[in-house]
Amino acid sequence: MPYRQNLSSIVGMLNRNDISSVELVQCFLDRIQKHSDLNAFISTDPEQTLKQAQLSDEARARGSSSDLSGVPIAHKDIFCTTHMATTCGSRMLKDFISPYNATVVELLSKSGAILIGKTNMDEFAMGSSTETSWFGPTRNPWHGDHVPGGSSGGSAAAVAARLVPAATGTDTGGSIRQPAAFCGLTGLKPSYGRISRYGMIAYASSLDQGGPITQTAEDAARLLQVMAGFDRRDATSLNKQVPNYLDHLCTSIAGLRIGVPSNFVDDAVNSEVLDAIHDSLAEFEKLGAKLVEVSLPSSKAAIPCYYVIAPAEASSNLSRFDGVRYGYRTDSFNDLDELYKKTRSEGFGLEVKRRIMIGTFALSSGYYDAYYRKAQQIRRLISDEFESAFKQCDYIAGPTSPTTAFGLGEKTNDPVSMYLSDIFTISANLAGIPAISIPVGFDKLGLPVGLQLIGQSFDEQGLLNLAHSYQQVTNWHEVIPTEFT
Amino acid sequence: MSITKYDVEHIANLARIRIDTADIEQYTLDLARILELFQQMDSMDVKDKEPLAHPQDIELRLRNDEVTEPEMRQKLQSVAPSIHQGLYSVPQIIE
Amino acid sequence: MAWETVIGLEVHVQLCTQSKIFSGAGTMFGAEPNTQTCEVDIALPGVLPVMNKEAALMAVKFGIAIGANVNRRSIFARKNYFYPDLPKGYQISQYELPIVSGGSVDISTPNGNKTIRITRAHLEEDAGKLLHQQANNCSGVDLNRAGTPLLEIVSEPDMRSPSEAIAYLKKIHTLVRYLKICDGNMQEGSFRCDANVSVRPKRNDQFGTRCEIKNLNSFRNIEKSINFEVKRHIDVLKAGGNIAQETRLYDANNDLTRSMRSKEEAHDYRYFPDPDLPPLVISDDLFSETQALIPELPDHRYKRFISSYHLNEKDAEFLTSDREIADYFEQVVSICSDSRKSANWITGELLHRLNQNGLDIKNSKIAPPMLGELIQKINDGTISGKIAKDVFDEMWRGEGDANSIIETNNLGQISNTDIVDDAIDKVIENHATQVQQYLDGQSKVFGFLVGKVMQATAGKANPQLVNQILKTKLTRKHEISD
Repeated sequence: MPYRQNLSSIVGMLNRNDISSVELVQCFLDRIQKHSDLNAFISTDPEQTLKQAQLSDEARARGSSSDLSGVPIAHKDIFCTTHMATTCGSRMLKDFISPYNATVVELLSKSGAILIGKTNMDEFAMGSSTETSWFGPTRNPWHGDHVPGGSSGGSAAAVAARLVPAATGTDTGGSIRQPAAFCGLTGLKPSYGRISRYGMIAYASSLDQGGPITQTAEDAARLLQVMAGFDRRDATSLNKQVPNYLDHLCTSIAGLRIGVPSNFVDDAVNSEVLDAIHDSLAEFEKLGAKLVEVSLPSSKAAIPCYYVIAPAEASSNLSRFDGVRYGYRTDSFNDLDELYKKTRSEGFGLEVKRRIMIGTFALSSGYYDAYYRKAQQIRRLISDEFESAFKQCDYIAGPTSPTTAFGLGEKTNDPVSMYLSDIFTISANLAGIPAISIPVGFDKLGLPVGLQLIGQSFDEQGLLNLAHSYQQVTNWHEVIPTEFT
Repeated sequence: MSITKYDVEHIANLARIRIDTADIEQYTLDLARILELFQQMDSMDVKDKEPLAHPQDIELRLRNDEVTEPEMRQKLQSVAPSIHQGLYSVPQIIE
Repeated sequence: MAWETVIGLEVHVQLCTQSKIFSGAGTMFGAEPNTQTCEVDIALPGVLPVMNKEAALMAVKFGIAIGANVNRRSIFARKNYFYPDLPKGYQISQYELPIVSGGSVDISTPNGNKTIRITRAHLEEDAGKLLHQQANNCSGVDLNRAGTPLLEIVSEPDMRSPSEAIAYLKKIHTLVRYLKICDGNMQEGSFRCDANVSVRPKRNDQFGTRCEIKNLNSFRNIEKSINFEVKRHIDVLKAGGNIAQETRLYDANNDLTRSMRSKEEAHDYRYFPDPDLPPLVISDDLFSETQALIPELPDHRYKRFISSYHLNEKDAEFLTSDREIADYFEQVVSICSDSRKSANWITGELLHRLNQNGLDIKNSKIAPPMLGELIQKINDGTISGKIAKDVFDEMWRGEGDANSIIETNNLGQISNTDIVDDAIDKVIENHATQVQQYLDGQSKVFGFLVGKVMQATAGKANPQLVNQILKTKLTRKHEISD
């Protein structure tokens, strides 16, 4: 069955004309339909998608194709698209059709990929469980009562359930890696500036970065190849050459030093998670890598630091949603103040409002130095610590999340405990460095465990190679949730 | 540092968010817990640390002064909730 | 008690770039509403700002021109507040580290020159415009202006009278036009000003409570509003009251200021560095390239016009008040080498014509070389000053240059001694009475006789030649009759 194949195999099948894009797309559309109770997608447009597949097949017949020609992919509903709604999981944008395409959307479209649908997410990417979406929560394909992680939970659930071979996500504090870990997938958060943020609805601008969610590291390399690169429309995108990521796979990892932070072992890490992590590290040792202990003492302050900076930027980024130029507008109002307040109170969900409030407070007069400036100084501290840790090792490894996927509703009433689940992923966003999560086992409930590997700035190829090497000798990444085989 | 209902109302007003009176208490409690979380920063010694605003140490790229965007009013206003004679409509504002 | 007025000004200078500060949309004034906007200007979800190089360089030029410190690294910050003319809900501005710090300009006052210090000048984006009283009982938002680059120039509270404030403003106005960074058009809002005004008892060191007056769009309004505000402050204080620190709007129709209570809610702009924009860095190369583009500045030019061209202060001030006028003047002088006549023709005939036709000097129908040649023709005796005015009219009408007009219309002066001799002889012969009166000592009659000679030659005789020959002939007659 083609849906069981990973992205790289599907590219091969299309290139060998083993299958047409129309057949492929139809197969995935049927599965999306069949498994709609997962609630992984917010929008699909089967008719339009099949038309695209048809065009792709015709082009291929004429001898014209490129890297991802005819391959269906899904975008997290945070990327602006002109021919499907872009909701960002919010009532505020529930019917919004963007007048322009995000750069990432343009790039994937140019590479021949076919947009099959937009995936569910935490509202405005604020959450770690995809439960804050206006369109309802997404379920974890491994266990229907558990969350898929977030905020890119729809993308992760869709890829894990084989509703699409690969999807895009965005990661502000772990939103690609944590759902990838919860769903048994490979999720890469590239270095800040590697992928254009133009058209990616901003949550926290200095932390947000798009990236791929796939079955394998090789798939991630293929997708990253297309997504990465300089964009003149994004002043924070780096004008730095994009290496050929596939070429760097299969390099020997013998002699590489993998740093293991001492504090990953102590607090709050579930013992089953810890066991799987240790096993995976042993596997890396077998491949010739050396484990060294590193110290990242300031990472304990990463959570408060992040929950000052991200909401502060968000409070400003989300001010544009005022019911004047686009998006939701309240039905009745008597004056401007009422238009603003009712629109924003009705259009935003609880968690978004909470974070806007936190951020507004952290920036408000009299508190800026104590919160925002201090958080930025801690951010520097964390970044500096990574830099010195990378003098002793080439990569840093540890659990992606302290637990496996938690239960639906388990943390929704306790924002702080939800925030604490991001503890291991946040630091890489604060420092702007790349990190990847790969599946390394399961707990007793059958929920996947993710290993996080963190690399130095712009060493995506090294991370992908490390992950790929591991996937050559293990098969965690090939296991499909029973219901979806 | 504790947070009061008055603070919550003030912040909500700055953020143009209406909070029902019944919910103010819950917001106050939530924010208070989050501020407790923030207090973990107090123990960090950040003396002489330059605040980090951008994760990459880059300079602002400068664009040439050219008009590159075509006229696109119709396209942009197709998603607007209320347009009157090419203008975005808002409630009458008296200055 | 004697009172002293204290004024500080914030000038918003719209930089005359082609495209907006953070987007590639146009900046045309007066276009149909919302046609000068793109995704970035209306703040669609997901859009990002990209900085206009020219706007940065214009700010650098200004910094160099006022002798300020041009900060090689400056930071854009977000100023957060809600208003329908502000699409993002924040204005991108500069806060802690502006591009220009310090500097000053000199103004002349009745008591001599005075230095006004400038605190800072920073780059920011303009807001859109609200149109009130629309037919549907709504206000309308036009975002054409949103994102137009502004340089906000903030002075120290160094001015002590409305006239000093106006002198300072005119100085800045002249300077930004010299630098070609702003068209200076106050009606169109390219040059706007807010005034911070307070009063205090004379010889008191402490500043009084200040009010900020907004909506000032002409020199006249600025002067009137400050006068009104000063009087209001003194009246309140004399009556034992207190001035509330607030923002006030000038109402030009009723010549008064009124409190803008609608904007009086506690402002808390929550400034923070804009994460979308890395630091603006002015490299050494960019700085020196820009420095090389700075023209001679008005103060220097004024002094040079007095010393090199021997102009009086009034003419020098007028001619240097506008870079185009000063350039025009220098081009005229380079042709005719007569600075006084050049100044007179420009400040007189030419200016009159320009005003009559509502034209700028750069649109003058007479180019500088044409005026230079005309003055040359006067000085070499080809035509008289009086005829020159007719030639000027013809040139304005586009009839050609001075040479061709003089030739075509045969306007050249008669400098042929024989012809002039003949004409004078006839006049002496036909006006014996007047000649006698002159010989009897009524020297005024000389003018009458000159007039008659000019009449006889249709105004073309060289007047100096007529004077000289007539005087010789009459003197001879006197000697004979003696």
